Amino acid sequence: MSSNTPVEDLIRAKITAAFNPQTLEIYNDSHLHAHHKAMAGSTSRETHFRLVITSDAFNSKMQPARHRMVYALLRDEMAAENGIHALQLRTLTPDEEDRQAEKKRAQEAQAQEDQPEE
Amino acid sequence: MFTRSVVSNLLRSSARPAAFRSAPAYALRASVSPFAPLTPFQARLLSDQTRSAIDKAVASAPVVLFMKGTPETPQCGFSRAAIQILGLQGVNPEKFAAFNVLEDPELREGIKEYSDWPTIPQLYVNKDFVGGCDILVSMHQNGDLAKLFEDSKVLFEVPAEGEKKE
Repeated sequence: MSSNTPVEDLIRAKITAAFNPQTLEIYNDSHLHAHHKAMAGSTSRETHFRLVITSDAFNSKMQPARHRMVYALLRDEMAAENGIHALQLRTLTPDEEDRQAEKKRAQEAQAQEDQPEE
Repeated sequence: MFTRSVVSNLLRSSARPAAFRSAPAYALRASVSPFAPLTPFQARLLSDQTRSAIDKAVASAPVVLFMKGTPETPQCGFSRAAIQILGLQGVNPEKFAAFNVLEDPELREGIKEYSDWPTIPQLYVNKDFVGGCDILVSMHQNGDLAKLFEDSKVLFEVPAEGEKKE
């Protein structure tokens, strides 16, 4: 049986092969945009994606360079008629991911403290 | 200013809408397209003519956003987010120009190749490509965007409290 999510599968395969990511999250937000004017006439259910990628491949690269690496990898899928219409990217290095997780934990701990007593 | 003098007649009228000055809120207006009408033959590759028109657009103000729709009525959520961030950051409307790619297929395709960036919106500061919506959001959150705008002197200056402005 063929996959219900061919585009997502392709994204996963390509990114895994190219960047060997430590984290790869793929969110299909297409349903949120189904009535968006630019989508008129499109029957694809795989038009809007949001990716979180953590990889050593992004070390010592600025954000635009990282995004270009991903765009280049998915160039054909983005250029195709009824292909990927929007691609949100969050590209981190493993160090940045650690720091962000740290920060988030600190914020959550703080929020816990700030909670008013019932 | 040099950037003004190189701007073509077509651009001059549009890049600095007078509405900016009087607008009470952070009201911005996307300029009218500076691009010539499409020729029957639309080259796939960026023509010299398109490239030079985009050069002028990028140089038309210190902060330039290529977007879908206008600042008042963005036609895409990502362009809307970019405009909101510029407003939150306090970019001076007089130092800002927006170009609506939906008004011009040549610009819409051309800017992608020009910037080597396949999506809209796209932000330029002092003619340097900064990024698309996701990069703006993350730079807005981590403080890099505030620093860039401060260093580039493109923010709206509000006299600090208790401080007299000349």
